Amino acid sequence: MAGDIVISVENLSKRYLVGHQSGRQRSDSFRELIVRQAKDFARKAADMARGRPVIDGDDIEEFWALRDLSFEVGRGEVVGIIGRNGAGKSTLLKILSRITEPTAGRVRINGRVASLLEVGTGFHPELTGRENIFLNGAILGMSRREIKARFDEIVDFAEVEKFLDTPVKRYSSGMYLRLAFAVAAHLEPEILIVDEVLAVGDIEFQRKCLGKIQDVAGAGGRTVLFVTHNMPAVQQLCSSAVMLSDGVIATRGPVDATIAHYLRSLETLSQQSLRLRKDRQGDGRLTVVDVTLHDDAGARVETAICGQPLRVRIHYESSFDGAPRSVDAAFNLRNASGVLLTCFANGQTGAVRLPIYSRGYFECVWPKVNLRSGAYASTIFVGLDGSTADWVQHAFSLAVEEGNFFGSGNLVPRDHGDVVFDQAWSSVDERSGIAMSSQEAAICRV
Amino acid sequence: MSTEVILEPGRADQNYWRDLWRYRELFHVLAWRDVAVRYKQTAVGIVWAVVRPLLTMVVFTIIFGRIAGLPSEAGAPYPLMVFTGMLPWTFFAAALSDASNSVIGNANLISKVYFPRLIVPTATIVVAFVDFLIGFAMLLAMMLWYRFVPGWQILLVPVFVAIAFLASLGPGLWTTAVTVKYRDFRYVTPFIVQFGLYISPVGFSSHVVPEPWRLLYSLNPMVGVIDGFRWAVLGSHIESRSGFALSLSVVVVFLAVGIRQFRTMEKKFADLI
Repeated sequence: MAGDIVISVENLSKRYLVGHQSGRQRSDSFRELIVRQAKDFARKAADMARGRPVIDGDDIEEFWALRDLSFEVGRGEVVGIIGRNGAGKSTLLKILSRITEPTAGRVRINGRVASLLEVGTGFHPELTGRENIFLNGAILGMSRREIKARFDEIVDFAEVEKFLDTPVKRYSSGMYLRLAFAVAAHLEPEILIVDEVLAVGDIEFQRKCLGKIQDVAGAGGRTVLFVTHNMPAVQQLCSSAVMLSDGVIATRGPVDATIAHYLRSLETLSQQSLRLRKDRQGDGRLTVVDVTLHDDAGARVETAICGQPLRVRIHYESSFDGAPRSVDAAFNLRNASGVLLTCFANGQTGAVRLPIYSRGYFECVWPKVNLRSGAYASTIFVGLDGSTADWVQHAFSLAVEEGNFFGSGNLVPRDHGDVVFDQAWSSVDERSGIAMSSQEAAICRV
Repeated sequence: MSTEVILEPGRADQNYWRDLWRYRELFHVLAWRDVAVRYKQTAVGIVWAVVRPLLTMVVFTIIFGRIAGLPSEAGAPYPLMVFTGMLPWTFFAAALSDASNSVIGNANLISKVYFPRLIVPTATIVVAFVDFLIGFAMLLAMMLWYRFVPGWQILLVPVFVAIAFLASLGPGLWTTAVTVKYRDFRYVTPFIVQFGLYISPVGFSSHVVPEPWRLLYSLNPMVGVIDGFRWAVLGSHIESRSGFALSLSVVVVFLAVGIRQFRTMEKKFADLI
């Protein structure tokens, strides 16, 4: 039935024009800088006068963020939109939420669309919680009457009753987040777009948000488009999924099959050379070009061994001049089902004042690998002075072999989870308080 | 069942003005936010709105009235004439600078939510309008002090406020749209404001401008606004009607150019910011 299709996308394309600076834009003298700026300005002014789009840089390149996309979403469907960085997910959402116009094709949308934004968009720190509810609600497209009708519900969900008349700049980040989500979650549009909002907040809150989204979709019979890298959440929430890859639809189908396809594609991806990868984000002041694994002595190894020390070297090239005030280098590890296991980051250890070389590597020493055998996907992030320099999803895959983790001579069994921890066991006699480990017991028996 | 929305290239243009009306509530809220924030942050917010024009008035009265010995208008005391000129000028200047920075200042909103972007610069002008109302109350107090009785024309003040609003909106829209792409334009507005104060008849009467230059002088849109305002409040006569008409047409042209520039660029705002 045609009436049950709420979103219909037909041959949708979006093109961006991207400018590149040819050569190094280093200003050796102030005069040179002025001359170049003047030339640049003259060119831009000429472009502007002729009504042509004005682009920074010398070479202009077309970039199709989306190409010929067609799909339909039915009423009440919860669709996950997945894909790597730069696959076109954000562009698609931007078009659907009318922030930017498509270059070609068309989208028919039946019903009010609302985006669950990056939390707190439009919040003003100087205004109180109460005022921000009205402000944020209006920004999200609610009328004053609607907000009033839902006000108590929102406050309830956010658990901020006591601080309603406090400026939100005095809120804890948790309260801030809860309030922001609460306003958006009570919007009750026909179509809800959720973009990575769940990446923040504590587990309890994330669960609450997921529950709310489930309510909206299930009981409310509303359509939800859910964009995230969090595969377990997609699996839990969505009935079907669309996988984008380089601006086209790679798969569209049941959620399990699509996620499996996505994870497989990531695996092939990590075999590709890091240097050549285009699907990265960041300003390019530093580019991660390779990741190598080394043993304790610094010799190169292909796999990590459970229980053995490991050195992970993240090789980079950088155009950064001078010493950055702070460096954030990090990589995380996900298991085969996409669950995030942990994150290694220099920031956690407090070592943020690292120097940057034009060619160099960050080395992370992992004294004892405590993963069970398998392949773990890793995303690499490098930030300089607080802004992203390079960020590559699934940059490498860490292969771990079984090992003698406890020094007991036995290999750690694979099928008991992903991680393994150092541990010591003993048995205690409650009456005497005597504790005995298995070694001691063995000695006694002898 | 709710209405169907179709998104395709160039589509947003067709529903533009209807959308603008539909989003009027957001306009109220954004305007209210800007006013609330302005008077909340600074305890001296209102005092500031009072002291600044008063001091400027004193300085202008001394420089132009006493030292340069320029004449006043319609028998009004010099300070009163200066203040009547300053009111629309301050409104214009504040509105222009606020509007110019508005799109950049609301970057996070613009890159995340859809609404007709025209709302943003227009809503910021409301803040300048609140300052104007405070100033107008001061003007009334000064008229009491000088025992100056205005004529019936004072009822037409809102008309000239509306013109001042449009006069600031045009260039404001233009600069705010262009600033998104070229951040350098941020420095243009303060310059216009500073420079404009001296080429507009704020500290002096436009009657002191020599006759042959009047028409050229009227190319400055604020000349028409300030003259009109003085006519409404002080009852001074407007020397040349053609000059006034010229000022008005410049306002209209600026407005048309500003809206056009804004409309062509606003589709790209989210991609550029």
